[in-house]
Amino acid sequence: MSTADVVTGNSVATSAVSLSGLRKVYGDVVAVAKVDLEVRTGEIHALLGENGAGKTTLMRLLYGLAKPDAGSISIDGTQIAITSPKVARAAGIGMVTQHFSLVKTMTVTENLVLQDAGFFSLDLAGARKKLLTLCEEIGLEIDPDARIDSLPVAMQQRVEILKALAGGCKVLILDEPTAVLGPQDVDSLLDVIRRLRDTIGLSVILITHKMHEISKVADRVSVLRRGEIVATENANGMSIASLTSLMVEGVQQEVVEEGIRSSHGASVLEIKDLTVHLRGHDVISDLSLEVRRGEIVGIAGVSGNGQSELVQALSGVFAHQTGEISVDGKVVKGGSPAAFAQAGFGRLGEDRHASAVSALTVEENLILDRLHFFSKPGLLLKRKIRKFAEESITNFAIKAKPDQAIGTLSGGNMQKVLLARLFGERPLAAVVSQPTRGLDVVSTGYVRQLLMIERNAGVGILLVSEDLDEILELSDRVLVIFKGKIVGEVARNEFDRVAIGAMMAGV
Amino acid sequence: MKLRIALRANRPWWLSPVLIAIAIILTFIISSAMIRWAGANPFAAFKYLLGSPLQSKFGITEAILSATPLVLTGGAVALAFRAGYWNIGAEGQLLAGAICATVVGLHADGMPHWLGIILVVIAGAVGGMLWAFVPALLRSRLGIDEVVTTLLLNPVALLVVTGLLNGPWRNPETQFPETKVLSENIFFPKVYPGSRIHLGLIIGIVALAVCWWVVGRTAGGLKMRAVGLAPGAARIAGLKVEKTLFTTALASGAIAGIAGAGEVAGVAHQLTDGISPGFGYTGVVVATLAALSFPAVLLIAFVLGIINVGSFSASRALSIPSTIGEVVQAVLLTTVVSALVFMKYRIVLDKGKHRD
Repeated sequence: MSTADVVTGNSVATSAVSLSGLRKVYGDVVAVAKVDLEVRTGEIHALLGENGAGKTTLMRLLYGLAKPDAGSISIDGTQIAITSPKVARAAGIGMVTQHFSLVKTMTVTENLVLQDAGFFSLDLAGARKKLLTLCEEIGLEIDPDARIDSLPVAMQQRVEILKALAGGCKVLILDEPTAVLGPQDVDSLLDVIRRLRDTIGLSVILITHKMHEISKVADRVSVLRRGEIVATENANGMSIASLTSLMVEGVQQEVVEEGIRSSHGASVLEIKDLTVHLRGHDVISDLSLEVRRGEIVGIAGVSGNGQSELVQALSGVFAHQTGEISVDGKVVKGGSPAAFAQAGFGRLGEDRHASAVSALTVEENLILDRLHFFSKPGLLLKRKIRKFAEESITNFAIKAKPDQAIGTLSGGNMQKVLLARLFGERPLAAVVSQPTRGLDVVSTGYVRQLLMIERNAGVGILLVSEDLDEILELSDRVLVIFKGKIVGEVARNEFDRVAIGAMMAGV
Repeated sequence: MKLRIALRANRPWWLSPVLIAIAIILTFIISSAMIRWAGANPFAAFKYLLGSPLQSKFGITEAILSATPLVLTGGAVALAFRAGYWNIGAEGQLLAGAICATVVGLHADGMPHWLGIILVVIAGAVGGMLWAFVPALLRSRLGIDEVVTTLLLNPVALLVVTGLLNGPWRNPETQFPETKVLSENIFFPKVYPGSRIHLGLIIGIVALAVCWWVVGRTAGGLKMRAVGLAPGAARIAGLKVEKTLFTTALASGAIAGIAGAGEVAGVAHQLTDGISPGFGYTGVVVATLAALSFPAVLLIAFVLGIINVGSFSASRALSIPSTIGEVVQAVLLTTVVSALVFMKYRIVLDKGKHRD
């Protein structure tokens, strides 16, 4: 059955979930204004919206994690009050979030049993059999006796899905499921979702930012803006441009300036024979690379192939780290973030919440890495700091006040503050890790544009990202990392998604 | 119906005063029960505990005297806690400061008074710093938990004091385990005529002001706050986290050590094994009740000073143990810390409307 068949053949389709006039207000914030939404039985319904559009709140209402202020929810045509996740599960609603709720030290079977086991009844053998039958039915392979912590993230996610299915789920909510996956795993997850629809007629609500996922699997798509559904359409008729303009009212996507792409500048970052020994094996072995002035070098790879360790090694934090790292031709000694900063090397960490001190203000976070410049002799120069903060806020289009705690900012604005800190005093070279993870379309466009501008201004940027599209869009050269080794190098004029994908998979 | 705890979306302005008021009322109720249990009328007891020190000039000055070491130990603990260095060793650092101050006091004959005072303050600071040095080093070099090391060094400091008092420093005239009266050249001058309030109070207030200024206005203070709030993020920003912790630990030890010097040179004028009835530990209570705010440390130290003085009047008048003061302080700590939880969270009542 093709996507089109499902949609057109759905004239008799029953609705699996129907939301009517749903509303939720937190304090002064209207998270969900008035939502009417129908999810049909056996369809994949994508829910698209910017950060803060109300997607998460809506799903929390549906899963019984929050109580609506108005409106009603009907499952299979019967109106019910979903007062807790337990009620939601009993009504056939399952949810898989980005934060898995699995017990890492238990096996797959044990995790499945855990959710519906009574105090005295424990039928592991029966559960194992049930799991295998289920896997066979939907064509999914998984080792029922594997411990969760021995499984890669993509597999753990499947266990979460199986757990929901074993619990009798008819409607599965997937909250940005591909955010934690590498490109290969994304494709196979989308495959699994399609198969679940076709074999057991599962209804799926897929929350996502990524347009190509919608065009690949979704039957219908609803766009949420400021707590309201602004459109529900058949997915195969929608273009990326029309979806974006529905999602982001009145904002034009600016086109990233191409600039002159050249890779002939002087070397600003050089890594020679880097080896990092961790957890009993080499997570990075004999890795060498070079980033030249005014160049973006992308590191492509399936997550967990040493990218995080490479970024961390660029601050010299590992005890068992050998090899040489030079910035602007000089070897950095005394491995610490401070030593790298002194050499003119900047960084944007993969987790912005771990990079910002959330209780400190925007301006305090902005100057944290160059206090010597903003104090004399040890006294903070309040006026100079405020002026710098105001300039940064203007230059980087940050929606915040200088004296606002950074923890109260949205993801995009927090990322902009960190980028303003990184590029405020232009470094010679920088490593930028997962710069747009979890950001909405507008912020993503802004951040990518900013990286291009900094590159054009001469900064040598090492870009580490699990989003292959991002790497292909921005990089002048791509290096493919697999099991801690660089296994391939591709210049911009030779970019080929399939070939790079194969190298990432170690083929 | 079911109760559950949820994060607060916003904090109205009245929340903090209301919560503190509830905590104080609860303290009265719980303490009253315990006073009743000890066989006294709670109303009478509170009249003595809080009222009697405020009714006479002598009471007020004695409360201030009692608050003086708490200003310093509270400030020392608050400073360390702001940087995320959990110094529970102010007691030991205070005693080490007192020992070093005594060394100066034993050799200050013939010294100008001003020099004696300066030397005794420096000695106190150095003593406290020395006692803080080893835990600080272990923490910053090897990552060894400072809560354990600083806490365990407290009784060691007391053992050193009793060892000295039973050995080389035993009073030659009385043979009591206490030093002879020290040289007058190190005595802190009185700052309010007719009372026992001494220079230590001024030093304490200046120390708090300096801490407040350093933490709020200097680059070093911003480093401390960043390290205390999010060490990982501070490291990413290129701050030297371990160095900041080490420096803060020594500064905290120095301030606690000065408290010890103040007790020797300002009150006892000799070293005894009862030089500190737990001023260092109470410093943790002061800093916590003050929510690590330096101006609030001054206020809280004074309140606890009142309770300390009042507990003796209550004990004499109602023949209950004078430890009732400590009981009230402990109850206050418990209720205030519990109340502060509700600054962040609220209790929600779920009316169970389950599916029929």
